[in-house]
Amino acid sequence: MRPLKIIVLAKQVPDTRHVGSDAMKPDGTVNRVKLSTVFNPDDLHALELALNIKDRVPGTEVTILTMGPPKAADIIREGYYRGADKGFMISDRRFGGADTLATSYTLAKGIEKLAPFDLILGGRQAIDGDTAQVGPQCAEKLKIPQITYAEEILELKETEIIARRRLEKGIEVVSSTYPCLITVHGSSPECRRRQAKKVMKYKYARTQTELSSRNIDELFIKLNKERPYLNIPEWNVEDLNADITRIGLAGSPTKVKSVNSIVLTATETKHLTDSDADIEQMIKELIIHHTIG
Amino acid sequence: MKSVFVYCEVENKKIAEISLEILSAAKKLAQKLGCPLEAMVFGENLSEVKSQVSKYGVDKIYIADDKRLEPFRTLPHAAIAKEILKKQDPQIVLFGATSVGRDLAPRMASILNCGLTADCTILDIGDHFVKKEKKEYKNLLYAIRPAFGGSIMANIINWDMHPQMATVREGVMKKEIFDVDYVTEVENINVDKILNEEDFVVKIIERHIEESDVNLKDATIIVAGGYGVGSEENFKHLRELANVLGGEVGGSRAAVDAGYIKHNRQIGQTGTTVRPKLYIAAGISGAIQHTAGMQDASMIISINKDPEAPINKLADYVITGDLVEVIPKMIKYYKKNAK
Repeated sequence: MRPLKIIVLAKQVPDTRHVGSDAMKPDGTVNRVKLSTVFNPDDLHALELALNIKDRVPGTEVTILTMGPPKAADIIREGYYRGADKGFMISDRRFGGADTLATSYTLAKGIEKLAPFDLILGGRQAIDGDTAQVGPQCAEKLKIPQITYAEEILELKETEIIARRRLEKGIEVVSSTYPCLITVHGSSPECRRRQAKKVMKYKYARTQTELSSRNIDELFIKLNKERPYLNIPEWNVEDLNADITRIGLAGSPTKVKSVNSIVLTATETKHLTDSDADIEQMIKELIIHHTIG
Repeated sequence: MKSVFVYCEVENKKIAEISLEILSAAKKLAQKLGCPLEAMVFGENLSEVKSQVSKYGVDKIYIADDKRLEPFRTLPHAAIAKEILKKQDPQIVLFGATSVGRDLAPRMASILNCGLTADCTILDIGDHFVKKEKKEYKNLLYAIRPAFGGSIMANIINWDMHPQMATVREGVMKKEIFDVDYVTEVENINVDKILNEEDFVVKIIERHIEESDVNLKDATIIVAGGYGVGSEENFKHLRELANVLGGEVGGSRAAVDAGYIKHNRQIGQTGTTVRPKLYIAAGISGAIQHTAGMQDASMIISINKDPEAPINKLADYVITGDLVEVIPKMIKYYKKNAK
């Protein structure tokens, strides 16, 4: 089998799985500042799937592509620590506020810059939106087929890839020609851990934006000059030659009209103990009201 | 007037439940807008699908009947939907938030270069004033969905790039017959004119779909357990109670994640939405992700060691105690008092 070129789409997301009460503003909107950020869980599964292919097909190259604010360079470093070969970052304020349509346009422009490629892998969905839309939308923009909800690559052949998909009520085994885009289901294997050696090698990797921030340690600048591989390339609107009307807020058809926090509605509650008398009384009431029986 | 359009899923000649749910909701939108309700269905042996959808008030159905269209594959379905939607130019297009709909809808949104809101639980029609343009947009789709892990509900609108598209969560909209004698016009699509070889580069090699052994959606009584049940072993108490009462057993996401109960019995935002006559929540604290999927139950009993469990606010009866002791007592007194 010939070596493959794989691009993994990964996103840094607020950790919505641990939303504390302080993460909500009084008006019911989310206070993003209060949420820590994480590597989107499904995207880690996608990275593992890519690294697994690399294990099986020597010479395969795994490239991480992320879009986000300067801080999202964490994603590239994390990818390096776990075994990715290259990392690219799309970052520009003008990309901000994008919905899935604008995001997929932007990512597709980035992917085109990295062409040719055999596979695009990404998580099924991101936990900050749970939409699962960006993958299929990217595939459409690139005019390539898509395999959604993959949980295992069963076979890699010269001209086609065979994957098992996890559906709501079962599984499906499908084949596709290259290149194709695959979204990876959380039921696939967990991502391997960081490798100490790679952490040592890449922990000083920085983007130009990070290097030019005021409080950066001189050591980072020095090392990034000496070792070009530490430099994480960053692309802005001009680098991607992106149509300004199709990115960010302007390129996003969906807009949030209003947001309501969910308030539990209080009902008249009867408080009971676990005594026999209380429970028998309740059961009797339920029977009288024909709720049970 | 431009129509409201529904992509209907079909398997073995039968329109999927989710699609009938969406048709029911879509008919209400179409009535508010005073426009037709149209549907499209692609699959094999579809001679009976018209009679399945008519009573939901479908004015016209577009049918593509070809053996290559079933089971669902993205590219051929997208190619046919594109032909129809470009020609009919509807104002709203709805899909199920299923493994089919969530695969196809985003591809369609990209093809048509329009907005798409995922996983809606409420659909409505309303206006919006755009300050920048000093313009009031009338009769927009309000696509309302839980966001941020279910802690908020967001109303998503789209006024400038049409059609307005949304996927709709399964089991949320109520199936409602509009008129048993409704007349539906049929247009058969000639797929050979649309499809080419490239639409079939993805091939299905194998397929195993399990008919689910649980039907939480239609259960009138549900006994659900959470992480507080403590073990798979303790779930037997819940099963016994459900058995005695003639109900089904469900679980919260935490109980599923802990391996106490199977995934297909999960209730809540990422599982099934239920609205039974009686919901007994045992050892469930009541995270919003869970309550979003059960708060419409007519009566709720919460059994919890923690008197402050958030779910207690929703409950009609709160029993503070250990479910391992409380549930056997409920069974005992039910048997004693029921006729």
